[in-house]
Amino acid sequence: MTKTILTIDDSASIRQMVAMTLTAAGLDVIEAVNGQDGYDKATTNTVHAIITDLNMPVLNGIEFIRKYRQHPASKGIPIILLTTESDEELKRQAKEAGATGWIVKPFKQDQLLAVIKKVTGA
Amino acid sequence: MNISDPTETFRQEARELLDQLEAGLLDLEQDPSNDDLINSTFRALHTIKGSGAMFGFTAVAEFVHEFETAFDRVRKGQSKANTALIGVALDAKDHIHLLIENPDAPIDGGTEILVQLRAIVDGAAVDGHGEAAPAVVAAPAPAPVVVEAPKPADSGAKRWRLTFYLPSDALIYGTNPELLIKELAGIGPISVLALSDRIPDLDIIDPEVSYLGWQVDIEVADDPTAAIDDVFLFLRDNMELTLAPLGGEAAVAVIEAPAPVVDVAVAAPSDDAMPEAPFVPEPVVAKAAPAKKAKAAEKAEADKPAATSLRVPAERLDELMDRVGELVIAQARLSQIANSSSDTALKTIAEELERLSSGLRDTTMGIRMVPIGTIFSRFRRLVHDLSGELGKQIEFITTGEETELDKTVIERLADPLVHLIRNSVDHGLESAEKRIAAGKDPKGTVRLSAVYSGAEVAISVIDDGAGLNHERIRAKAEENGLISADAKLTDQELNHLIFAPGFSTAKEVTALSGRGVGMDVVKRTIDGLRGTIDVTTTPGKGSVFTLRLPLTLAIIDGMLIRVGDGRYTIPLAAVEECVELPAGVEANAKGRNFLDIRGSLVPYLRLREVFGLKGQGDEHEKVVIVSSGEGRVGLVVDQIIGNNQTVIKQLSKLHSGIKSFSGATILGDGTVALILDTAHLVASGQSYVERNLGRAA
Repeated sequence: MTKTILTIDDSASIRQMVAMTLTAAGLDVIEAVNGQDGYDKATTNTVHAIITDLNMPVLNGIEFIRKYRQHPASKGIPIILLTTESDEELKRQAKEAGATGWIVKPFKQDQLLAVIKKVTGA
Repeated sequence: MNISDPTETFRQEARELLDQLEAGLLDLEQDPSNDDLINSTFRALHTIKGSGAMFGFTAVAEFVHEFETAFDRVRKGQSKANTALIGVALDAKDHIHLLIENPDAPIDGGTEILVQLRAIVDGAAVDGHGEAAPAVVAAPAPAPVVVEAPKPADSGAKRWRLTFYLPSDALIYGTNPELLIKELAGIGPISVLALSDRIPDLDIIDPEVSYLGWQVDIEVADDPTAAIDDVFLFLRDNMELTLAPLGGEAAVAVIEAPAPVVDVAVAAPSDDAMPEAPFVPEPVVAKAAPAKKAKAAEKAEADKPAATSLRVPAERLDELMDRVGELVIAQARLSQIANSSSDTALKTIAEELERLSSGLRDTTMGIRMVPIGTIFSRFRRLVHDLSGELGKQIEFITTGEETELDKTVIERLADPLVHLIRNSVDHGLESAEKRIAAGKDPKGTVRLSAVYSGAEVAISVIDDGAGLNHERIRAKAEENGLISADAKLTDQELNHLIFAPGFSTAKEVTALSGRGVGMDVVKRTIDGLRGTIDVTTTPGKGSVFTLRLPLTLAIIDGMLIRVGDGRYTIPLAAVEECVELPAGVEANAKGRNFLDIRGSLVPYLRLREVFGLKGQGDEHEKVVIVSSGEGRVGLVVDQIIGNNQTVIKQLSKLHSGIKSFSGATILGDGTVALILDTAHLVASGQSYVERNLGRAA
């Protein structure tokens, strides 16, 4: 079964880059532009993993994770943070909220694929 | 442009973010303690930095990082967003813009900007709270992940025993132990034992908690600590893990344990055939109904335009518009053939096609509509800079940013508007001393507004300055030979003199407003957009420049008329009504061509005479009353043929001097109809009125 990855980022270029990389690897990609949009899409579609930015308008990455983890559909779904900060504090907050892992920007395409493979096996 | 190239998307995105940044900074200058503004400004910087680094714009990322660090102190309230800071931040924004547009060219100046920025931020911090925070808030370096397991003394050991228990929430938070074990198998051949010692009694078991431990024996020559750290990268901080070398080369298999050994020592784990791990319940994906609570407002907030928009290269839109134009022409031909045929089936399909193509035309034009706010924002910067250069305090207010106009119109509108705004700031607004002397607020106001008005958009530049000086205009026009000394001119005509080529009233030519080559260029550009420009002024109170522009340039609804053998199109938006020319009106008019339309006198022009056609008109001539702005004029035609969708084609350069026509269109039968320039015709009607009524009075 083709796995579906939701990418949440307010930056169109990052979304495009993530989408291109994952699509080329045979995955389906859904895009969302902020945490709220991400929540709506994550709870109305079947997704197998979520890649989310932290710093976003409307609902930021950590708020998204907190809200999404309240939803029963989130159980067992890996959430990967995209983060520019090497800030342990944000990472810790995100983990506490229910993030599975993270990628530090800037990242290469194969790093992204490696992390996706790590958490989804795909 | 290659739309699927993320680097190009980044550039586009960065341009938009920089515009946002600029707008945010300018707003911040007005409202320095608005946290939302500070945060959105910060976010714009942050996104540029993050994406810049992703797409190889290292210089951008480094510069923005420093910018962001300095700005972070504003965000943390350690420093105030004062005018000096905004000024430098705008320079920094310009610098980023340069870096993004020319990634390979060496660009200087960045360091100075950063030095200034830091100096201001540090200075402001002391003023603000006196808490001198360090200039660069260094993020704490990530603590190195150290495996607590004792380092094996014997590095020659071949077998290692790894024991781990995942955090209890690992399963619901998306960690799949099976995948971890598969990863471990990538290090070397493994044998795995599940440790069930922590599984509680059935009655208190929580199926979502991870109770199971794993004992994994790995055969590998080198110390696998680093590789194992990699596998548990996301979990290391809060899981139990021990790693120890197993003594002895010929390690005995550990199969005496009660639990079954799960052998995952497969070299290449197959992709999709993911066997369900015995203790990992497949996550329950509850098909919950979408949480459609009554949160319309929140939803609207979330569904910012970006959420559902699609980026398309502008050329494709132009191409689409061209094709729709051709389709409309083809459809007109079909309708014409259908109308002269008795085939009802053909008529039906022709009507259907007409409806569809008209819908397609509207949709396509809708796609090309862009809110005018996209160019308004750059004027804020202009006014900000002008204010500094001229030493005038200016408040710049924009309204109607959401008003939409055709993309092409908007692009071509930017330069004329720049000129009008410069003109208002430079010539219109007085210096602060003069304003105080005149009893006005020393701070001048320039307003830029856009509103819909029928099929047009009216854009006004309004200042509260001194107004146009009629004596000076007059003197200047006489000096330049534009009018004769004894010419009697109405105020309106005097005002319009400023649009004459080579006219300039500024006593000294300033660097800003140029050398009197401005206003006539503005007028020409607006004419070229089939728009009009008008100015009204109140001495001492200020001036209003109003541009009226058609919503679109490409296709209009037209009214097809016939004069003699020729057919012409009048833009339907300009048509007010059509009446029959009363028989014998000429005889009673005593040489003056006026119609009495419900009590008001409307001048009329015989198009037959305007075009210099020979011969007599039809017996029952019609008058089409057209209007533009305030004026009205009747156009006498032989026949009104009807509505037609007019795809506007430009006249060739050879014909560009002809004033009565603004373009041409191709009719259904392949012949050409000229499009009447109603603004010009109305203007000649008006001057006719003034000549005749003036003489009569």
